[in-house]
Amino acid sequence: MNQNTKQNQESSSNTPASVGGCSGGSCGDKPTRRSFLRTSAVAAGGLAAAMAALKPLMELESEDRPTVEKFLQKHYKEMDGDEMQTALTRISKEVEKRFDQRPDIRDIKPMDGVEFVYALNLTRCIGCRKCVHACVAENNQSRSPEIQYIRVLEMPRGTTNVEKGNHHYDHPTVPSDDHYYMPVQCHQCANPPCVKVCPVEATWQEADGITVIDYDWCIGCRYCEAACPYWARRFNFTKPKLPKKDLNPKMSYLSNRPRPKGVVEKCTFCLHRTREGKMPACLEVCPTGARKFGNVLDPESEVSQILKNNRVFVLKEEVGTLPRFFYYFDERYPASDEAKADKTA
Amino acid sequence: MKAYLKFLYRCFKRSFVGGWKYHLWLGFLFVIALVGLNAYCRQYVYGLGTTGMTDQVSWGVYIANFTFLVGVAASAVMLVIPVYIYKREELHHLVIFGELLAVAAIIMCLLFIVVDLGRPDQMHHMMLRFHFPVSILTWDVIALNGYLLLNLHIPGYLIYCAYNKRKPHKNFVIPFVFIAIAWAISIHTVTAFLYSGLGARPFWNSAVIAPRFLASAFAAGPALLIITLQMIRHFTHWRVERQALLTLRSIVTVAMFINMFLLGCEWFTEFYTDSTHVASAKYLYLGLDGKSALVPWIRTSFALNMIALMLLVLPISRRRLRVLNIACIMLFIGIWIEKGMGLIIPGFIPTPLGEIVEYTPTLNETLISLGIWACGILIYTILVRITVPVLSGRLTKDAESFDGGRLDFAKEEDLTAINYQ
Ligand code: SF4
Ligand code: SF4
Repeated sequence: MNQNTKQNQESSSNTPASVGGCSGGSCGDKPTRRSFLRTSAVAAGGLAAAMAALKPLMELESEDRPTVEKFLQKHYKEMDGDEMQTALTRISKEVEKRFDQRPDIRDIKPMDGVEFVYALNLTRCIGCRKCVHACVAENNQSRSPEIQYIRVLEMPRGTTNVEKGNHHYDHPTVPSDDHYYMPVQCHQCANPPCVKVCPVEATWQEADGITVIDYDWCIGCRYCEAACPYWARRFNFTKPKLPKKDLNPKMSYLSNRPRPKGVVEKCTFCLHRTREGKMPACLEVCPTGARKFGNVLDPESEVSQILKNNRVFVLKEEVGTLPRFFYYFDERYPASDEAKADKTA
Repeated sequence: MKAYLKFLYRCFKRSFVGGWKYHLWLGFLFVIALVGLNAYCRQYVYGLGTTGMTDQVSWGVYIANFTFLVGVAASAVMLVIPVYIYKREELHHLVIFGELLAVAAIIMCLLFIVVDLGRPDQMHHMMLRFHFPVSILTWDVIALNGYLLLNLHIPGYLIYCAYNKRKPHKNFVIPFVFIAIAWAISIHTVTAFLYSGLGARPFWNSAVIAPRFLASAFAAGPALLIITLQMIRHFTHWRVERQALLTLRSIVTVAMFINMFLLGCEWFTEFYTDSTHVASAKYLYLGLDGKSALVPWIRTSFALNMIALMLLVLPISRRRLRVLNIACIMLFIGIWIEKGMGLIIPGFIPTPLGEIVEYTPTLNETLISLGIWACGILIYTILVRITVPVLSGRLTKDAESFDGGRLDFAKEEDLTAINYQ
C-alpha cells in the first residue's frame, strides 16, 4: 500500500514540460486535464494509505471505545448524587458484562473526625509477602501483568538506605539471616507531591488523609508516578487482566473497582473497608501482627499509642512529604513521666 | 475575510507545486508519517505496553524528544534578538524561517505529549479542571500553546503583508517580537521546572537544569537552522548570505561553551560530593551494578559535542562552510542524545526505592517517534515552500506565477528587506 503511494507520487512528478511538446499553452486544456487526473490519483492514493494506516483501530474492544456518556461524565468532586448513581450504574453494567457478576459498588465517603495512619513494626516483619498478595486479591489489580501496590525490601542490617535493599529476594524460607524486611506502599502523604503535579486534578487528598484517584478522570500522563518519592503508583500499561473467578465484587468508586487501561492506581488504605470500620486487607493477613492501622485523631487508638511510645521513623523524611505511614520498633521509649518522677524522688 | 481565504487556498495549492525531487521528498515524509500513525493506532488499541516503558522507567523517548524539541523551538528567537536588538539586517528574512521552524517544533512537541498519554480520549479534562497554577504541567500547556500562536502570528502577518504588497505595520510586529523573546525563554524554563521541581528525583532536582536547558537549546536550535538554511541553499536558487550563517555560528559556539561549563559544574557537584544522590549520574556516565545501557550513548554524545565545539572554534569552520555543516550536525545529534535520553532516562534509574531497571524503546515506539519527526519536517517543508515565493513577490494577490515544475525559490536579490510603515 505504502509502495503504491510512493509510485503515485513519483510518476506524478513528471512535469508537463518534460512529457512532450505540450508546453507553451498550445495544447489547450490537455495539461489541465492531465494534472487533474494526476491530482486525483495522488489524493486517492494518499487517502487509501491513510485508511490503511488507521486499520488497527478496528481491533479496539467495545468497552474501550469512547462513548458520549463517558465523555460527559463529570469530575468526582462535581458530581451530585444522581450523577454519581448514573456513573455507578454504568460501571456496574460494565463489570457485569465482563465478569458475569453483579458487583456491589458504592461511593463511600470519609468518616468525620477520622484521619488514618499506618504503623509498621520492623521488629516483627518477616518478609513473607502475604500482604502483597492479599492486597492484589482485595483490590482487583491486574494479574497479568501483575500489579502490586506493596513492595517488600530485604534490607541488609546496618542501613536504611533503600538502594541497598533487594526487591527480588527469593528464598525458600524467610526471614533470612542478617536481614530485616521493609514493606513500602503509598504513604498517604500529608503533603503529597503526586497531587501537586497532576494537571487535571485527577488525584487528591480526602478528609481522612487518603489520597485517591478518579480513574475516569486521569489522562494517564504519569507525572504523578515521576513525582512520588516512594514509588507507590502503578500505571496500567495494558488492559488489566483479571480472571472472572478472582473478582472481588465488593468495591467502591475511588478504590478497588476494575480500572481501565491507561490510568494510574495505587494503595488507598482499602478505603472501601476502612471507611466502614474494617481493617485493611494487608493488615488482616499479616501473620506476625507487624501492621497496625487506625485513627490518629483518637488518642486512645493503637496507632496513637504507638506514635507516642515507640521509636518511630518515616522513610525519606528529607523530601518533606509528611507520610502517614510510620515504621517502628518494638522497643519503647522509657516511660518518660514516671522516669522523671523517679529521678526527682 | 474572503481575500484571506483565497490566500490560504493559494498557499495550499502552492504547497503541492514543485519538481520531482520535491514530490519525492513530500511522498517520503508522508509515508513515514503514515507508518507512524499506524504504529500509534496500534498503541492506542493495546495501550502503552507496546512501548518499552515500565512502572520503573515511566517516561521514555516521547518525553525525551519533547524536551529536546522545546529547546529547538525556543532557540528560534535567538535569531530574533540579533535582528531586532542589534539591527543585524542580514538576518531579517531568516527570522521568518526561524519562527516557522519554531512552529514545526512546537507542533512536534504537542504530538509527542499526546502520544505519551494513557487516555488521549480524556484530554478535554485538561480544559474542565485545569490544575493551574499548582501543576507545572499546566504552565507548560499555556507556554507551549501561547508560543505556537505567537509564532504563527508573526511570520503569518509578515507573509500576508508581502502577499498583499503592503508594508507591515510596526505595531503588529515589534511588540509581539519582544513578547516572543521573553516567551521563548519561559517555555524552556517552565519545561525545565517540570523536572527540577520533583524532590523524588535527585538527578533532576537541581537548579542548574533550567540554565543548562537554555544553553543547550541555544546551541542545538541555531545549529539546526544552519543545517536547514544550507539545505535551502543547496536545493533552491536562493543564496543564504554567508554572514548570516557566521552570525549563527558564533551564537552556537558561545551557547555550547556555556553548556559545557554548566555540565562541568554538574559533574563536580555530583561526583565530588559523592552522596547517595550520585547514583543516577553514575548510571548515566559509568554504569551502575553492571547495568550500563546509556553509557555508550552519553559517551558518543560527549565526543560529538567536543569535536563539534573544536571545529566551531577553529577558523576553518569560518572559511569552509562544509566544516561548519559537519560541526552542526554532530552538535545536533550530540545534544539530542544528551538532552533527550541522557536527561530523562537516568532520572528514573535507580527508582526512588533503589531498583535498577533499564529502558530500551521498542520498534513501535520508535516508529511513532519517527512518524512525528516526519510530520514536523513535512510541515516545515511546506511552510518554507509557501513562504519563499510570497516573500520574493512571485505569489501576491494579483500575481501567481508558476515556473513549471521547478522549485521557484527566489534568488538572493529578490529578497528585499522588510520595511515597516
Ligand atoms: S506515597 Fe506517593 S502516591 Fe502516596 S501520597 Fe505520597 S507521593 Fe502520593
Ligand atoms: S497520570 Fe493521571 S493522576 Fe497522575 S498526574 Fe497524570 S492525570 Fe494526574
